[in-house]
Parts: sequence; structure tokens; C-alpha cells
Amino acid sequence: MQIKLHLNGKEVLADVAPDMMLLDFVREQGCYSVKRGCETSNCGLCTVLMDNRPILSCSTLAVQADGHDVMTMEGCQEAAEEFGAFLADQGAEQCGFCSPGFIMNVLAMCQEMENPTDDEIREYLAGNLCRCSGYQGQLRAIHNYMAYKRREAKA
Amino acid sequence: MKFVNQPIRKKDGMALVTGKPVYTDDIAPKDCLVVKVLRSPHAHAIIKEIKTDIAKKLPDIACVLTYEDVPQNRFTMAGQTYPEPSPYDRLILDKRVRFVGDAVAIVAGETEKAVEKAMKTIKVTYEVLEPILDFRKAKDNPILIHPEEDWKSLCPVGADNKRNLCACGLEEHGDVDKVFAECDVVMENTYHTKANQQTMMETFRTYTQMDTYGRLNIISSTQVPFHVRRILATALDIPKSKIRVIKPRIGGGFGAKQTVVAEVYPAIVTMKTGRPAKIIYTREESLIASTPRHEMEIDVRIGAMQDGTIRAISVNTLSNTGAFGEHGPTTVGLSGHKSIPLYSKAEAFRFQYDVVYTNHMSAGAYRGYGATQGIFAVESAVNELAAKLNIDPVALRQKNMTTQGDVMHAYYGEQTNSCALDRCLQKTAEMIGWKEKFPAQVMENGKIRAVGIAMAMQGSGIPNLDTGAVTIKMNDDGFYALSIGASDMGTGCDTILAQMAADCLDCSVDDIVVHGVDTDISPYDCGSYASSTTYVTGMATVKACETLINKMKQYTAEKLGCDMEELEFDGEKVYHIKTGDSIARKDLGNMNMCAATETLVATEAHCSPVSPPPFMAGAAEVEIDPETGDIKLIDYAAVVDCGTVINPNLARVQVEGGLVQGIGMALHEDIVYNAYGSLAGNSLMQYKIPTRLDMGQLRVEFESSYEPTGPFGAKSIGEIVINTPSPAIAHAVYNATGVRVTELPITPEKIVMGMKQK
Amino acid sequence: MFTIGNYVKVSSLEEAYKLNQKKSNVIFGGGVWLRLGKKNIQTAIDLSQLGLDTITENENEFSIGAMVRLRQLETHKGIDAYTKGAVKESLRHIVGVQMRNCATVGGSIFGRFGFSDILACLLAFDCDVELYKAGRISLQAFAGMKKDNDILVRVILKKSPVEAVYLSQRNTATDFPVVSCAVAKHTDGVYAVIGARPCQPIIIKDEYSILQNNTAENIQQFAIQAAESVAFADNTRASAAYRKHVAAVLIKRGMTKLLGGDK
Repeated sequence: MQIKLHLNGKEVLADVAPDMMLLDFVREQGCYSVKRGCETSNCGLCTVLMDNRPILSCSTLAVQADGHDVMTMEGCQEAAEEFGAFLADQGAEQCGFCSPGFIMNVLAMCQEMENPTDDEIREYLAGNLCRCSGYQGQLRAIHNYMAYKRREAKA
Repeated sequence: MKFVNQPIRKKDGMALVTGKPVYTDDIAPKDCLVVKVLRSPHAHAIIKEIKTDIAKKLPDIACVLTYEDVPQNRFTMAGQTYPEPSPYDRLILDKRVRFVGDAVAIVAGETEKAVEKAMKTIKVTYEVLEPILDFRKAKDNPILIHPEEDWKSLCPVGADNKRNLCACGLEEHGDVDKVFAECDVVMENTYHTKANQQTMMETFRTYTQMDTYGRLNIISSTQVPFHVRRILATALDIPKSKIRVIKPRIGGGFGAKQTVVAEVYPAIVTMKTGRPAKIIYTREESLIASTPRHEMEIDVRIGAMQDGTIRAISVNTLSNTGAFGEHGPTTVGLSGHKSIPLYSKAEAFRFQYDVVYTNHMSAGAYRGYGATQGIFAVESAVNELAAKLNIDPVALRQKNMTTQGDVMHAYYGEQTNSCALDRCLQKTAEMIGWKEKFPAQVMENGKIRAVGIAMAMQGSGIPNLDTGAVTIKMNDDGFYALSIGASDMGTGCDTILAQMAADCLDCSVDDIVVHGVDTDISPYDCGSYASSTTYVTGMATVKACETLINKMKQYTAEKLGCDMEELEFDGEKVYHIKTGDSIARKDLGNMNMCAATETLVATEAHCSPVSPPPFMAGAAEVEIDPETGDIKLIDYAAVVDCGTVINPNLARVQVEGGLVQGIGMALHEDIVYNAYGSLAGNSLMQYKIPTRLDMGQLRVEFESSYEPTGPFGAKSIGEIVINTPSPAIAHAVYNATGVRVTELPITPEKIVMGMKQK
Repeated sequence: MFTIGNYVKVSSLEEAYKLNQKKSNVIFGGGVWLRLGKKNIQTAIDLSQLGLDTITENENEFSIGAMVRLRQLETHKGIDAYTKGAVKESLRHIVGVQMRNCATVGGSIFGRFGFSDILACLLAFDCDVELYKAGRISLQAFAGMKKDNDILVRVILKKSPVEAVYLSQRNTATDFPVVSCAVAKHTDGVYAVIGARPCQPIIIKDEYSILQNNTAENIQQFAIQAAESVAFADNTRASAAYRKHVAAVLIKRGMTKLLGGDK
């Protein structure tokens, strides 16, 4: 099936099998940041943004992305680096395998919510599992990042 | 110390957080054959017939293998130093299948779809046998899991395949029965822990290919590259020289990848076809056919006097190794060796154990490695003893706990050279507000808040066995290359060892590049397990740096025509202490590359005769809804003595990550087999690890001792951190409700149904 | 692994309906649940071009298109205000934001899953579903119907004078509910919905009007009788006995919140 979508700002035309998942499609397009941690929509590792909303690329068919904008971490390296530095400064990336999906959802959260509380942060990111960090360091990184963004906005 | 004890960013950190393609599946060649394993639907059966002819003829299928196609060398997948204590009880594919999910056939093809289709065409006729699914009934059961004659145990661990025994043993110190008889009270209870899953986010995966020299290259997400080489050589019946193992970045291990779970399948496909091949375990495979924690049932007796003096402890462990014996004989040891010595002032102990085969999936190594199970049992029993004696549980521990200088009879007779357990406990109690909050208080909304506490210990490497070697090499302009054989699995050992080297060489961490593991190039390291890397490989790093400095001095002495003893190295130059003549490090590096007759390279290995335990205390505050049993963890305070903290950030995250795994074990992660031996928890939808909404708040502090045998005074930290949540939370639940939960996990249902029975 | 032979973005409901008459064809919502199965789907029918991905509101009702994502429903201000947070409460525990951006209201309701939070919650309100062929019927009637080849077009949440409270008990924060419970006060009486028994949600009415006098004792009595009157079953998450026990607690709490009572 022919699909046409914007992947990381570039138009992509492709012929895909109707049962191909968006996750496999974007990896085939070289977006290796997108990972699979389960088959049941529970881990959040495959999070990408479709029309700016965070979705599970493991649970979305490539054909369902037809006509939409899809963004993976390859398309937002600057933002990834900016937040990622705060994560790395906590040592909270650890194995790093869940980091891209987690960071994509953090970026989505920061777009959607202004100054979320800790409870709101936890709830928004609850679909991103991490087995290494125990989550507490991720929260510290988010606090530091948001404080930095507030300072930046004031300046 | 300029870099040791500093929160240095991990060397690979920015690559990981920006999503660079650095993991096994990201770098596998695109033309890899896709390898999948057809798995048994039966817990115990013999393959009578297996028809693969249709599958073999299908387009895009390169290879279909059954038990008839594999070498007949039994081996163990346990990543342990040879001769492994784990029995040689496996073939790559066997005629007998021993659990639901056991490998029946290997299929390789061009695409996943083609392979899936081919697997459906394979017709297997089984003679279904009665399985053993209850590990309490396994020993001396007429049903044998491993009746085969070529089953073999290489070490004297008390294994006997004709009794379904993977190991058994008895250790004692003092006249245990006499001391128990003299005690005022004897507290006894039985505790049951489940086969929890490591659940690293990256499932098992490997790709293999033949290289220019006709050697089998294995690129694998493993904690034990050198063991992979040896184990695969045995399994495939080829010389070790024919195998090279490379470890890319790993998406978590926690012990799971200390077992060679997936490597054999693509390896044999590449051997048979000559083509690159890869296997990516699904989450389901990772949950049903891998290597979880050993399920244990532990009977604890503690004898004490009315004043709270603990005089004797006995631990009797039954461990379920499942269908194969990976790590069976060794994990069980820790259930006693790392629980009883928390109270080494006791006069006598007895530790007895059986490890049995059953028709569950094989157990393996998981962070804590038996200590977690033993500590849940012993620390729970100590909390029960405190209640029985009506003594504050913190005070009871303060009276009896191991302190610096004690000889730990149940811990190979080692003496504690460094032990801040007393400070850890004190501080933990302060942090959680023990005095104000113990045991419980009823809130205005009817919910009950309560606190609970526990202590823990672990080891630092396996004494007289674990070997870590490090090579450090000087290069152009004087930068250093550090080669290690230890596997960084996200824990940051590449960075930690570079921090140590930077302090030894008086340079910046950025002056040191670190090379990941390649068995052709890296110096030998048994691997990243048993909490060994910081302590053992760290010491090798210190030694290698010393040797390199001596070589630089020797080299300079020759050039300056002086005595080596008159030279000093300050990081930037080697200089004469009197004349001030010097050669800069940069020049040394460059001189070493022009008309050189010596190399500025040093390799040193280290093995420790002791395994100094890290210690810690942990305390939980929970809130329980007495009507529904709903339990919320509010706060968890932990204080750790890991000796000198090499990298405070990475150590803290180790603690926090371990605590949350421990919290999952305590509250959520259940293992339920049905009557046919099929596991219910076969996905992350069913096997629930904690989300960030399930863990409350974590607070971590360090109370450092100084370990004289460790690098910069360091001990280990990786494993101990998972051990306190189960007993501390169980204790808090008791303090809130009066219900003793002795079988994990502690679910709302167990709490409220327990309360109803009261 | 499921397979799909063809994927058709239909341009009308009639086209979708025709395709859907074949057993091997299937209406594809978000696909989150469907992909967990091993079905070999001949034609997947995509409704995304039919404008069913919006929530509209008029004086009398909210009209929720079948392709509206759970997250859209959760964050809809009008529905949140009308249901006093009940709908949001029934959705926010489901896995994660990303998953709720994928799963559709149509898929969740049409599946009539036992674990469905949103079905149990909406049953407490005055809701209809619009089916392409069968037309508009009550959600209650729909929940009791067997699955057929009709197409769920939209769910209609009527702005009747209804008040409801949604509660659930879970083993972990984002897991399926062990028991879910919605209690509702309509002009013609009070009832409770119990879901995740683990089978389909069931409605228990206050037949003897015990709750007309909303004392704590009466609420307690109704809660226990309601829980006793319903069949529960064991699964790996909880036993039937525990479910029954918790259902009574949740009904009591919900009713207390709803009716006031003396605590």
C-alpha cells in the first residue's frame, strides 16, 4: 500500500504492507532511536509524536500514519540533547534503552502542560516503563530541566 | 581524589539520550536471517516425531533445525567460571522438552513473516509426560526431569539427577541444637518468594556472522562475553579459537544476561548456513523461556533470650531451579551466606538446602542472587521476633547486628574490615522518623500509615575466583586507552573505571578513552556479575595504572640517563625530583610511536581473596486502606555502606533502581503457573513491574566505610540494593494491620483477607 | 502476530458496512487490542476518513465519534464538567497517555470488554449508541447484545440530570481494574454498575428503594446486597471473594459520595 507522510519534517513516500507497524516502518527509514520493549502496548519505549501527540508506534499501523506528521528523536536532536543532558547529569539514563521513548513523551508533556505538578508528571509519564533508574532520577532531571526552561523564558 | 567520588556524566550518556543506534538490533546487518524458536506447548514431553519437510521447502526459509541436527555435548548456559558449579544438563535442542516454552526447533529465514509461517507448518508429535510443577514434591519424585545418562555435574555441589537434585548441602557452626534448647524463645516461620523476572527493557538478542578469517563472530547483549565464547564452543563443539564475542551497548541485564539464553540459536544457524543471523526475543519469550529468580521456600528459626540477645539462627532453603540447573547450586548459597551473617554475634548457625529440578522454566541469576530471598526470610523473622519479645525492631538489631571487626562464620569465616551497618541503621531510622511513626497511626480518613525496616548485605565479587583484567595504553599526544573485559550494561562501569584511572594517572577523565568488550582484544574478565566490577576490575585498573606509571618512569630514566627512583610523575610529565629535567606525557606518547623498542602498555589482573560485604538498611512507610487492602508506598529511606562511593550519581541511581525492583517484588510481581505448567505472566500486560506511580518517594543516603582491599576504599553496590524492600514493606504491613504476609507479593487481597481472618 | 491482507479507508459507512459483513474482515479502530490477537484479517476497514474523530456538543448531548481517542475523551472540558470528573477518572489509569492517544472510544465500547473502565463508567450515565443499521439504542441494551456485524458510529452522552461517581481498585496504578464500580443517581432512582468481575459490567438497581433514606446503614446494606447479588470469578489478578468484598466497599464509598449520607 502506498503511503505518504512527513517523517521528521521530510516527505516520505513508501509502499508498505498493510500490517506493518509504524515502529518497524520508522526503523526501516533509519530512525533507530525507536525501540520495542513489549508486544502489548505497555512499555512506552516506542513513543513517537504523530501530529504532535505522543503515540505508541508499536500499536499504530504504518498505514494509519498516512497523511500525518510523524516525529522521532532523529527529528528533534536539539531538544533531545537539551533535556538529555539533564538526564545524563543525574546518571538516570542508565542503560538508555527506554530513554528515547521517555524523552519524546517528556517533550510532549512540556508542550501540553505548563508547570505540571509532580503528580501530573508521574501520571503523564506512567506509560513509560524504566527498569534501571527507579524513576526518581528521571524526576530530578525533569525538575532541573523545567527550572532551566523557566529561567530561559525569563531571560 | 579529583574524579573518584565525583558525579561524572556517563561516557556514553549523550549517545544514549539522543537515541543513537548503538544496541545490538540497531547495528545488525540488514541481510541477517531472522531466527526464531518453535517452543513446546507441554511442560514435560518426549518428541516422538517432528516433520519439518514442508517448512524447509518454503520460499525464504534458509534453515530448519531439530534435535537431530545439533551436537550432543551437554552444557550449561550459566555464565560462570569454568568448571561451572551449574550442571551440564542441556543440549541446544533436546528430544525431551522440560517446560512450556522449551526449544523444539530452530527456524531461520529471510523475513519474520516467512519464519512465522514456516513454524506453523512444523508438525510435532509428543508423548506427553506428567510434569512436576510443585517444587515441594520434586525431590525423590519417581518422575525424573533429567534421567539422561550423559547429565553431568562438574563440581561437588551435592547434585544427583536421579533424585531431581541440582544441589544440596549443610553448613553449621557451633552446637546449634544445644543453643536453641537454651534459648528463652525460638521464633520459627516459613517464607515463600517467587521467580521474579529481571524485565530489562531490552530483551535477549544476538546476531552472528562469519568473519574474514572464517571465525564465528557473536555480537550479543551479554554481561559475560568471555563465558559466551567458552560456552558456545562447548555447545557447538568447535574450538574456542573459532569464536569472537563483541558486546555493544546493552539495554539492561540485572543478571538475566549472565546466562547464555539466546546466543546459541543464531550461532548454530550461521554455522550451518554461513550467513549472518539474528535473534530478537519477544517480550513473551523473555518472560516464558529465560532465566528468572529462583523461587525459594525458606524456613527460618531464630533463638533468642528475653533481653533480645540472638543466639542461634537456622535457615533451611528449598530452591526451584526449574527445568535446568543454571545458577542453581550457587544462588541457594547466598540465601544463607548473606542473611545469617547480618547477626554474626550469634553463637551458632545451621544452613541447610536443597535445589530441585521441576518443569518450570529454568531459573538463573537475578540481582541479589539468592541473598534477596534469604534476607526477606531472615529479616522478616527478626521483625517477628521483635514483636514476640516486645522489643523495638531497631533496638533489637542494634543489639545483635554485625559490626566492624566481627568474624562472620556463615560468610566463609571472613572478618569485616569495613562495616558501617550501625550508622546505616541509625540514619535510616532517623530519615523515616522511626521514633515518631513506629508502629502505626490511623489517619483522619481511616487509612493507616505504618513503617517497617530491614537490613541487608551482599558480597563484592566471588573470592579467589572472579578475575578482572585491565589494559591501559598510552597513545599519541599522551591520551590513554583503557580496555576492560567487564560489561557495562548501563551501570556505568566504563565511566567509573575511567574515573579511577584518571585519579591514578592524575589526568582528566576525558584523557581516557574506554573500549567496550571484544574477546579478541579486551583483557580477560569473567564478566559483570556478582557485584564484582567496581571492586575487582577496579582494583585491576589501579594496578594497571601503577604499572604504566612505572613503565613511563623506566622509559624516562633511560632517556634522561638517571635512576627510576629519582623520577616522579605528576600527570603531565615525568620529572627528576632534583634537577627538574622532565619529559612531557605528550612527548612520551609520541616517542613511543617512533623508533620505539618498548611499549607504554600495562595489563594487570586482579582477584581478591575476600569479598567484603556492602551493608545497608532500608525503611518503608506505607499507607493502607483497611477496607480494600490497597497499599501505597509513601516513602522509602535507604542508607548504604558501599565503602567509598566512586560516582555518587551513578551509585544513587543504582540504589534507586534496585529499590524499585525490590518494591515490585514486594508488591506486584507475581508468578502464576496454571495446572499444565503454562505461565500467566507472559507479557508486560500481565507481569506488572512498577510504574512511576507505584513507587512513592525514594530517599537515599550513603554512610561510607573504607574497605582496605578495594580500589580507593570501594566495595560493591549493584545487587545489595534490591534486598530490603520486601522485608521492610512486609513489616510495615504487619505494623499497620497485624497481618504477616510470608508469601510474596504482598497484594491488597492478601492484606484485606488476612485482616478479615483476624 | 496478526496479519492484514488489505487495508481500506472507506469513504462511507455503507461501504464499511458492506465490507464488514464478511467474517474475515474487521473494523479497525485504534488497533491496540486487535493486534494482540492472532487473527488473519482479510480486509481491515478504516473509518478515519468519515469525520468520526470529534466530540460535538449541543444543548442536549455530547456526540462522541467512534474514532475519538480515549485521551480526547479524557481531556474534553465539557464532558469533564458534566460528569464531574467521572469519565476522566475512568480513563486516566489506563496504561499511559500514549496508549490512550491510540485506543478509540469505538473500539473500547464495541468490544464490550469485561475490564473496560469506560464502558462501566458510561453505563452510569444516560447514554445511547448509534449503530449504522440498528440505529440509536441505549448503551445498556447495546452492552447486553451479542457482537454482530453492525458498525458503531458514535456514542451519545445525554445531558440528563444524572450524577455519577466512578471508582476502581487496581493492583498497580495502570493495570486493569480488579473491580470497577460506578454509582449513579437518575431521576428515577439510584443504581450501581460493577465491572471487571472480571466479566462484563452489570447494573444493580435499588429495587427496594433502600437508598431513599440515605443513612450510612442503608448505604452499607445496599452495598453488601448489591455485591452479594452479582457473580464474581477468579483470575490471576484477584479471587472472586476479594472482588465481592471490594465491590461492596466501592459501592458504599461511591454512594456515600453521591448521596451524602452521614458519612
